[in-house]
Amino acid sequence: MTSLSWSRVAAVMVKEFKQLTRDRITYAMMLMIPVVQLTLFGYAINTEPRHLPTAVLVQEDSRYARSLIAGLRNSRYFDMVAQARSPTELDAMLRRGDVQFAVTIPGDFSRRVARGDEARILIEADATDPSATGGAVAALAALPDRALAHDLKGALAARGQGAPPFEVVVHRRYNPEAVTAYNIVPGLLGVILSMTLVMMTALSVTRETERGTMETLLSTPLEPLEVMAGKLAPYVLVGLTQTVLILALAKLLFGVPMAGGWLGLASGVTLFIIGSLALGFLISTLARSQLQAMQMSFFYLLPSILLSGFMFPFRGMPVWAQALGEVIPVTHFLRVVRGSLLKGQELGDQWRELAALIAFVCVVTALAVARYRRTLD
Amino acid sequence: MIPGAALAIDVHGLNKSFGPKHVVQDVSIQVAEGRICGFLGPNGSGKTTTLRLLCGLLTPDSGAGTALGVDIIAEADQVKRRTGYMTQRFSLYEDLTIAENLEFTARVYGLDRRRERVDAALDRLGLTARRRQLAGTLSGGWKQRLALAAATLHEPRLLLLDEPTAGVDPKARRTFWDEIHALAADGLTVLVSTHYMDEAERCHEIAYISYGRLIARGTAAEVIAASGLVTFHGEGPGVDRLSAQLAARPGVETAAPFGAAIHVSGEDRQALVAAIAPWRREPYRWTEVPPTLEDVFIQLMGRSQDNFQ
Repeated sequence: MTSLSWSRVAAVMVKEFKQLTRDRITYAMMLMIPVVQLTLFGYAINTEPRHLPTAVLVQEDSRYARSLIAGLRNSRYFDMVAQARSPTELDAMLRRGDVQFAVTIPGDFSRRVARGDEARILIEADATDPSATGGAVAALAALPDRALAHDLKGALAARGQGAPPFEVVVHRRYNPEAVTAYNIVPGLLGVILSMTLVMMTALSVTRETERGTMETLLSTPLEPLEVMAGKLAPYVLVGLTQTVLILALAKLLFGVPMAGGWLGLASGVTLFIIGSLALGFLISTLARSQLQAMQMSFFYLLPSILLSGFMFPFRGMPVWAQALGEVIPVTHFLRVVRGSLLKGQELGDQWRELAALIAFVCVVTALAVARYRRTLD
Repeated sequence: MIPGAALAIDVHGLNKSFGPKHVVQDVSIQVAEGRICGFLGPNGSGKTTTLRLLCGLLTPDSGAGTALGVDIIAEADQVKRRTGYMTQRFSLYEDLTIAENLEFTARVYGLDRRRERVDAALDRLGLTARRRQLAGTLSGGWKQRLALAAATLHEPRLLLLDEPTAGVDPKARRTFWDEIHALAADGLTVLVSTHYMDEAERCHEIAYISYGRLIARGTAAEVIAASGLVTFHGEGPGVDRLSAQLAARPGVETAAPFGAAIHVSGEDRQALVAAIAPWRREPYRWTEVPPTLEDVFIQLMGRSQDNFQ
């Protein structure tokens, strides 16, 4: 064996350092990744969200009802954002995902409390993401003992002693057994589709530029839109195949409920696939090499996983992070998928998310077509 | 150029800059139909850029002209349809087979009788038996012949070739050039860039571009004659080691060793004779020879000003 020469090692090392700093995107990647990761993990992600939007249906306007609502608010887990006028309206709010919790205070609540006759309030939680509701539901245990303490005085003081004056009935809707997989598996559809489609298209176009075949393509009568459509079409098929595969496995292996909403799901999947492909194409017009395309795809994937509500509850994040999350198409796609599969949302419940996806497709496609050069200028 | 013949390429005052680099400066080229024009010049002189301007891959900053009678700027689409362009690097798909590459090209140009054309092209190339072989596994010479077949599949009237034989062995180069001559005999016009002097001499005419400017035009003999260069061929033991000393003498423009001999060139005969005088004795022998194209090009290269510095 020949002996190791440190000066030769140093020669390779110096060359490597120089090459690392030549490529600005690699440079940005080295510095950005730790900064982005730290800020996201450190500030944005909160696995025990508080201040969750809550709607109430108060069927009796009483002192007790007001104290109860104050009690919920004081727990800091519930923010009262809406008042429903009917059980149907309340249900719709929960189904659309406007609120995380729906509280129903029945009409005979005060009477039953006064009589000590099994007074109950109903709290329905949107448990599609069990981790988003877990902390709040646990906090409810203390509610019956405290909420009415100030109101039960004089003749009713006895009601405040011994057994709690009322009972909180919690319904975990859409995922009663709090199975994490029911939430994660549909979410994976969004992550897997973006991971493969964005990266595949970005690489497939950049490869043509890198290998010089783009020059030949450009010297032929091919129009930019023809190149784009022709290059992306096969990946639409790839995306659809992946979708069917993931959904089939979700059903077979994890028993993920499929409550319906097929029309919304189909629209969401189609829009999301097109949007991801257009984004990949846009990246390829910016990247000069396959390595750069790969790195740019990563920049996009990171927030897609961390800020979209895939891994951590969306509502647990601070406002700025939520605003950032709203820009990411995966966020809206996840809401459509989970809404369809777990909640059986109708198309009417999903129009906002679908509109967001349409906007994304339009903006990214326009940018990609504008950026794509039919000459080498 | 044959007077009165229709021009396949007729462009005037082409300019192209990339940032501060003025890569092509006021280039005007006329090539008559059916001619093979060699496009020569040092690396980075703007040959590739000029070819790209001609086939619509780049838009000139200024200048105008026609290729096959079609405006190269306003009707770039038409030019693309009637022109075959072969890039410097092999730019077919290495992960497609030989036949698949040709079929793809045929489809892109929307050709009729696709199968027939592809079969004919394979037959011409002698690759029918290897049609299912991946293009990436071909040797350099075969790759270039395949690329030429792809570039001519749509029967263009004008062929632009960018250093098509770089890195190809002499035999494959000769085959390649035989094919180019056969195509030109059928009326195809060819503009081909090259660094090989033997290839330049196989062209009907040559155009020499340096630092973005066209500085010499004509047949090989015309270019040599126009240079006004005088060349002495020196022989003798160790004469090839004198090039540095000779080049430093006044009146010597180039002094280049050729094997054991040396070529010393200059424009001023008297000065040149004076320059080699100290070595005009035994054991050295000097004879005046006609300058080669290479001598002329090296002179042209040295004379033209480098605007990139």
